[in-house]
Amino acid sequence: MTSNTRALASAGALVVAGALVLSGCGGSGFDDTGDSGDAGDGGLTSSDDALSILIGSSGEAETAAVEEAVAAWSAESGVDATVSVANDLPQQLSQGFAAGSPPDLFYLAPEAIAGYAGNGSLVAYGSELENIDDFYPSLVENFTVEDEFYCAPKDFSTLALIINTDLWEAAGFTEADIPTTWEELSAVSSALTTDGRVGLAFGPEYQRVGTFMAQAGGGMVVDGEAIANSSENVEALEYVQEHMVDGTFAYSSDIGAGWGGEAFGKQLAAMVIEGNWIGGAMSADFPDVPYIVAELPAGPAGQGTLQFTNCWGMAADSPNQQAALELVEYLTSTEQQLAFSEAFGPMPSIASAADAWTDANPDLGAFLTGADYAQFPPNQEGSVDVIADFNAQLESLKTGDPQQILDSVQANLEAVTG
Amino acid sequence: MTTRVIAPRRSGPSRIRTGEGVAGWVFTAPIIIILGVFLFIPVLMALWVSVSDWTGRGSPLSGNVSFVGLDNYAAVTTGGGLPERNFGISLRNIAWYTLLVVPLQTILSLFLAVLVSRAILRGRGVFRTAFYFPSVTSTVAIVVLWLFLFSTNGVINEVLSWFGINGPNWFSDPRGIVHIAAGAVGLGAGPEALVSSGFLGITWWEWLAGPSVALSAFILMAVFTTSGTFMLLFVAALQGVGVELGEAGMMDGATGWQRFWHITLPQLRPTLFTVLTLGLIGCWQMFEQIYTGTQGGPGKTTLTPAYLSYQSAFISQDWGQGSAIAFILFVIIIFFTIVQRWLLRERPVSKRRARRYQVRGQRS
Repeated sequence: MTSNTRALASAGALVVAGALVLSGCGGSGFDDTGDSGDAGDGGLTSSDDALSILIGSSGEAETAAVEEAVAAWSAESGVDATVSVANDLPQQLSQGFAAGSPPDLFYLAPEAIAGYAGNGSLVAYGSELENIDDFYPSLVENFTVEDEFYCAPKDFSTLALIINTDLWEAAGFTEADIPTTWEELSAVSSALTTDGRVGLAFGPEYQRVGTFMAQAGGGMVVDGEAIANSSENVEALEYVQEHMVDGTFAYSSDIGAGWGGEAFGKQLAAMVIEGNWIGGAMSADFPDVPYIVAELPAGPAGQGTLQFTNCWGMAADSPNQQAALELVEYLTSTEQQLAFSEAFGPMPSIASAADAWTDANPDLGAFLTGADYAQFPPNQEGSVDVIADFNAQLESLKTGDPQQILDSVQANLEAVTG
Repeated sequence: MTTRVIAPRRSGPSRIRTGEGVAGWVFTAPIIIILGVFLFIPVLMALWVSVSDWTGRGSPLSGNVSFVGLDNYAAVTTGGGLPERNFGISLRNIAWYTLLVVPLQTILSLFLAVLVSRAILRGRGVFRTAFYFPSVTSTVAIVVLWLFLFSTNGVINEVLSWFGINGPNWFSDPRGIVHIAAGAVGLGAGPEALVSSGFLGITWWEWLAGPSVALSAFILMAVFTTSGTFMLLFVAALQGVGVELGEAGMMDGATGWQRFWHITLPQLRPTLFTVLTLGLIGCWQMFEQIYTGTQGGPGKTTLTPAYLSYQSAFISQDWGQGSAIAFILFVIIIFFTIVQRWLLRERPVSKRRARRYQVRGQRS
């Protein structure tokens, strides 16, 4: 009896252990891969496999819009496709690449391209796109790494000046007073600053402060050369610093807001520098705050702003790149991008949709005109860390030394631009 | 009257029969396999990644990944670039964090344990539950709560304003508290000797900055959330401390403080070691607060080695450096645990000290 029980128990334990071994080793984690995906310049792979699409969604509206569009394409083309929403896109993408089973298509940020391109995870399909000439040139440049146009920009945003019209009118200003130069910006900011409210607020980061650098004629990287500590950039930071010290400009974090939109909605600032996404936040959280969108003022070197965009990245390991390419062309078509814009607010990445978009969004025209003179954050491999370090130093810009900050950024940036 | 337990004498051969040996292995096999698959193999693979040039695509064991020796370790410790500076900053932050959190949480949890163990306290259960509550709440929930409480116009600053204190911008203030104190006495820029040289890419003056205001909020949070758990450990240990010795001490005229310091505390030594070690490990591995809360900001002052390791690997695609940081962290934790074990070892009572306890020639 006892020996029987023991034998049974041993057998049971063996079965459990065996199952664990099988399940442990059977996962696709560390299988050798690479046979399906080496499509660098030898054309795209093609098969009957279904497509998987991984997106980093801003909310339900975006998820629903993408799901709907992909389902419509599936019905039309007969290729199955599923959309999943990542809660941490870079992490899930990295896991997919390491496991050799990445999603076929995914949202991809420009600063992440160089890293993934460097290890061969991406296929540069840009030149295969039928609608390649329709994309804004600055966006194409944004996704070009070492002369290869990697992926189709799915949409974009730019920064503009958002003005609270109630406070604007209360200060006695009219539309004619909208600042077009730094001097005018200083003047209206000063007039709009009251106890408990600053004239102009923006996030403590290069992704906002960089607009001043662009307006001064500076930037981060020009033709592959780091120019972070140019005199133009120093001038820009000194201008910002001067007004942070006199209290007319402030970082959103310094006035108790998580980002510029919150500072604007809570009326802690009369003006902010923000992008298209502020529209959704305002109508959802602060529907009673009236505002207008104006172009950012020109600096010593003219107008300047920053653009932000994501593209449809395609995996080198994808077994069905041909179908993925067709899906991208569908998703970036004029009609589809206008539908996305209506659903969750970004601007179409193609010139042929500009007129229809401006008609549909007459008050937001300043965002689209920004595309003509927008700079973009550096996209070299390692530039994420450089910008993160720059942002860390910008937090103490008010008391810091602009030249010293930019010198250290220059040293870091030179290391990644090589 | 003492009871003696007599171990039953083993009958039969002293060697375990072969069948039993096999059964033993079979019964331990599941846990060995689980540990192997989910712990040892991943650790070994991470070790390999830390000395390889794996870039994050495909298997790290495939043919086109090569051995690069200690290059990744060199990049974060002597490279001279951003990786070294980031690693230096993260070590600075976590060292200050540990230095403040471990003693504070240990003292507070011991204090709470002594309080709720007192027999005369009414409603002890209520207090125990209340103090333990933060420990059973998820870290993420507490981080979110903390972000609200410590926001610029949040509850903490509101309360501070009742006392005329203008509260700081907690989670967006990168100034170190030692630097703030130094600034208050006119040492704004730091002495030249400390500014001109440094270690791991940051100057000695920056090493001495202290935890930033933002990190201080996390320090308070860690003390708040972990004290309950450690209190429970101390409560359990205090129940094992007999009342006889305390009563004997009372007869000898020892005050309450003396009885605690010389009688109770020495008997808590094993628990103290556990609490300090767990606290230390928990501190050095701090990750989720940063991941959900500040992502290293403001000004990188809440960057921790664990978060930096994650960031290097998953965001920057520097998998080798990420693993190297993880292993350096591992060595640091082992080192401090050994040091602590050595400090808290059982020492034989020295002769000089033993003499003090001998009462007028009587041998105890």
